[in-house]
Amino acid sequence: MAATGATPDLQVRSLSKRFATHLAVDALSFSVARGSFFSILGPSGCGKTTLLRMIAGFIQPDGGDIAIGGRDLAQVAPNRRPVNMVFQHLALFPMMSVAQNVAFGLARRGVGRAERLRRAEAMLERVGLAGAGGKRTDELSGGQRQRVAIARSLVLEPTLLLLDEPLGALDLKLREHMKVELKQLQSAFGTTFVYITHDQSEALVLSDHVGVMNHGRFEQLGTPQELYYSPATSFVADFVGANNRLAGKALSVAGSLVELDTSGGWVVRARGHGAIAAGAAVEAFIRPEAAMLGRTPAELPAGQTVHSGEVISVLFDGANSVVLLRESRSRLQLRIALPQTGAYSDLQVGAPICFSFDPERAICFPARAAHA
Amino acid sequence: MPETAVTALWYRRLVLALLLAPALLWLFALIILPHLDLALLSFRERVAPRQYVVSLAQYRTFFGEPLYWHVFVRTALLSALATALTLLVAFPIAWIIAKLARGRMSALLFVVCLIPFWVSETVRTLGWMILLRESGVLPALLVHLGITRQPVELLYHDATILVGLVYTSLLFMVVPLVGSLESLDNALIEAAYDLGGKGWSILREIVIPHAAPGITAGCIVVFMLTLGNYLTPTLLGGKNSQWFTEQIYTQFITRFNWEQGAAFGFLLLALSTAMVWLGLKISGQRFSDVMRRA
Amino acid sequence: MISSSARCALMVFLALGLLAGTPARADAAKVLRIITWADYVPAEVVAQFRKETGIQVEVTLSNNEEMISKLRATGGAGFDLAQPSQDRILGAQQEFGIYKPLDTSKVRLDEFVPELLATVRTNATLGGRLYGLPYVWGTEGLVYNSKRTRISDYQDLCKPELRGRTAVRLKRPTLMAFALASGTNPFALYGDTKAYTALMQQVGKTLAACKANFRFFYDNKDQLLNGMRAGEIYAAMMWDSGGWALNRENPDIKFINPRSGAIAWMDTFALPARGRNDAGAYAWINFVMRPEIAAKVARSIGNFTAARGADQLMDPRIRAQFAATFPDGLKNIKWYPAIPSGLEEIEGGVLDRVKAAD
Ligand SMILES: Nc1ncnc2c1ncn2[C@@H]1O[C@H](COP(=O)(O)OP(=O)(O)OP(=O)(O)O)[C@@H](O)[C@H]1O
Ligand SMILES: [Mg+2]
Repeated sequence: MAATGATPDLQVRSLSKRFATHLAVDALSFSVARGSFFSILGPSGCGKTTLLRMIAGFIQPDGGDIAIGGRDLAQVAPNRRPVNMVFQHLALFPMMSVAQNVAFGLARRGVGRAERLRRAEAMLERVGLAGAGGKRTDELSGGQRQRVAIARSLVLEPTLLLLDEPLGALDLKLREHMKVELKQLQSAFGTTFVYITHDQSEALVLSDHVGVMNHGRFEQLGTPQELYYSPATSFVADFVGANNRLAGKALSVAGSLVELDTSGGWVVRARGHGAIAAGAAVEAFIRPEAAMLGRTPAELPAGQTVHSGEVISVLFDGANSVVLLRESRSRLQLRIALPQTGAYSDLQVGAPICFSFDPERAICFPARAAHA
Repeated sequence: MPETAVTALWYRRLVLALLLAPALLWLFALIILPHLDLALLSFRERVAPRQYVVSLAQYRTFFGEPLYWHVFVRTALLSALATALTLLVAFPIAWIIAKLARGRMSALLFVVCLIPFWVSETVRTLGWMILLRESGVLPALLVHLGITRQPVELLYHDATILVGLVYTSLLFMVVPLVGSLESLDNALIEAAYDLGGKGWSILREIVIPHAAPGITAGCIVVFMLTLGNYLTPTLLGGKNSQWFTEQIYTQFITRFNWEQGAAFGFLLLALSTAMVWLGLKISGQRFSDVMRRA
Repeated sequence: MISSSARCALMVFLALGLLAGTPARADAAKVLRIITWADYVPAEVVAQFRKETGIQVEVTLSNNEEMISKLRATGGAGFDLAQPSQDRILGAQQEFGIYKPLDTSKVRLDEFVPELLATVRTNATLGGRLYGLPYVWGTEGLVYNSKRTRISDYQDLCKPELRGRTAVRLKRPTLMAFALASGTNPFALYGDTKAYTALMQQVGKTLAACKANFRFFYDNKDQLLNGMRAGEIYAAMMWDSGGWALNRENPDIKFINPRSGAIAWMDTFALPARGRNDAGAYAWINFVMRPEIAAKVARSIGNFTAARGADQLMDPRIRAQFAATFPDGLKNIKWYPAIPSGLEEIEGGVLDRVKAAD
């Protein structure tokens, strides 16, 4: 993942942190290229904030090292690191005006009063808050506060900006909007962003690279496309993007394809990933958009196994509309994307339906050990 | 229907009035009435046995006699100093309770601040006297450690009065401070640190502005308590205590000069009001905000 | 009266205090409330009085100034019997009207030492009516630790080598003592306000100059006794009973009659203006003036009482101490005359200045 040529901005080697008996971050290594947008994606409690706070310097790691711009940070206090952080709840200073918030870091660096106010004003203008400098922080909307928090860090021109779920507190609509804005800000400033989220769609939309984290480790590091189309583990397949999960037993393994039997005796084929022997417990994943629908088997591509079921409901969401159906044999629920042609807009609940998929686009992993 | 509603409303008002009555009665009978009476007293002068005329003589005595306003100013200054010292001592304690100690530890620290109040002020002050008097524990310890050759008298100095006042006032400063520091989001401190702040600048820019209502509340309470304290300064200060409340006590009890005592009392009331007003002005706080913290 | 509402508030306070402090009782005649000095009403005597009369005695400890202030605040209510010093009755009565005249027909006057009764008659008669009867008398002189120093008169307390080692009360007896020591009898100037003021101011200057010698101004006997026992105080003004008590514990501590003369005080019986149980008060006076009861009281206080014949029953050790202190009997002793009202204000200003001196 390292940027070609130049030293990466952030380099983390076998970083660990243990809280009492709980291993929050487990020998993590990764690097982030200069000017890129790196996301850490993982479920709640997987250790994301811990990792970020170690980079910022608020938590002392138990082992491993962190280098920024090639410089080891072990002995550097948080207020001297070339890193700034946007906090989960923003942590704007309520006792100061917006401009004073933005100028705070400059003042600490000894920048003169007039100069820092000028720079703060300029920064506010760049984030679309021209003229808001005199306001109190609680007079701003959620999105505006967001931008102040980012401006307050960016005005210091850090090598690295750390963001801990900064959109978490916003409502959905604003979140969609701010996603786009964040991306634009990042490319406009060219600062390296390390972004934490548990929302896979944020990670996919924003990032150049994503680390999918689980139980203090990275399950997979890659571009959003790699994560989506070639998940390395069943956890990633499950966590990144919508997916249909089918648990079962491998009947046979033929080349790269595994034939598996789901609980109800429904047999499907999928591309195997990792060592799978016949008889082993496995999980297969089929993306909603990887399957095709047909009212009759004839409407489906020739050569693909035809499966049948009945419609449970149609979830209309414009381009993201899906049909929820129950497979006839296994009684499993599946979600399959509706083509955007509107061809199936008249589907009735309870109507019989057929579907098929290319086994190469379905993926099969050995079953995960039951995690705590 | 409407009639019962009216009756119910009337009934509720009656209950409310009855509930409030003791407090109002208390306030009126024991605070407002005596003060009105004191005000009237302070404006009269004895001309012959049991003969009084309205006059400003008591206030003239105060302003004409350097002795009295010297004690007055001294009391105000020492009280302000004691308040400042209490703030300095209480702040780290409050910080530890609010931010560093967890669960049982912070409860324990609170109890440590509370311990002085398990005994009456008299006993507490006498305890200090036993510790500090020449034949007491501390002077003996100093000799034992070789710091002084002879036991020294640690009582009856201004510093002793200050120590006693700070000790007595500590809790009243710690409580509002803990309240206001607890409500300070740790993320704000981290954010300030992250943006390059250092201990002192964070204290000045973030912590103190946030805790300002608590600090002001604590200072007002401590200042008033100190200004109005009688036992601690008189016992620990001994022959040099010169506390204004002592003047008031003397005028009322040993001189039978209620008129002068009342005038002194009003001057003290005016002083504490003025200082509270000044404190609020300087710290830019509003009285209602501050009192909610106290 | 202007202060009626303050009085009201105080009454509420007192009433609450009394309600809280004492069990409910049916009859004011069964209770006698005395405001007095420490040791003046021994428990043993109270118990015997109750057995004989069925009257229960309630004691409130106090001193001259507090007694007057408390009675003034209530207009003379709250107590049935008070025990102010004989010189403090007249002024307080003129000013505040807190006492009622005594009905001498209800008291067995022949139980009292005639000379003492005569003194009180001179000092506590107003408008031809008597307001006090003698109870206990004693003197105030000097006490010193002979291991440390030797003094013979009041101003010796100001000797340079006694710096920080003496103590007095910041009250009028100290002013009187130092006035006597300066060679002027302050009591002779009671009628001459101008001369008296000048004398007091001069005494005030002496005391202010002497302030470094005073370790503290004591408010109660125990504070001084502790200071003497701990060796922090070498010499002080002191009551005879306290001085003799110290001497009995430690023979190095001596109580002496100063060269300028000890000052004699006498505490009395007086009836508060609005007491509820005058009959009980008279019964008590007659009871404690019986020689054998008076002797018990004297033992408790360590001073002589005004009961005739009681000194014969006095502890022989105290009689010996008295003889040692006053070899010439009561010749060189100054009795306090009644203080005209207004003098205390002059003294107060002087005392304030002493307190404020550096
Ligand atoms: N100071 C601490 N002491 C003990 N355990 C902690 C501490 N901080 C975090 N943990 C534990 O470490 C694990 C990881 O916490 P962390 O805050 O890094 O999770 P996260 O991925 O940021 O979760 P979220 O998405 O909910 O913010 C959690 O199980 C948490 O309980
Ligand atoms: Mg987190």
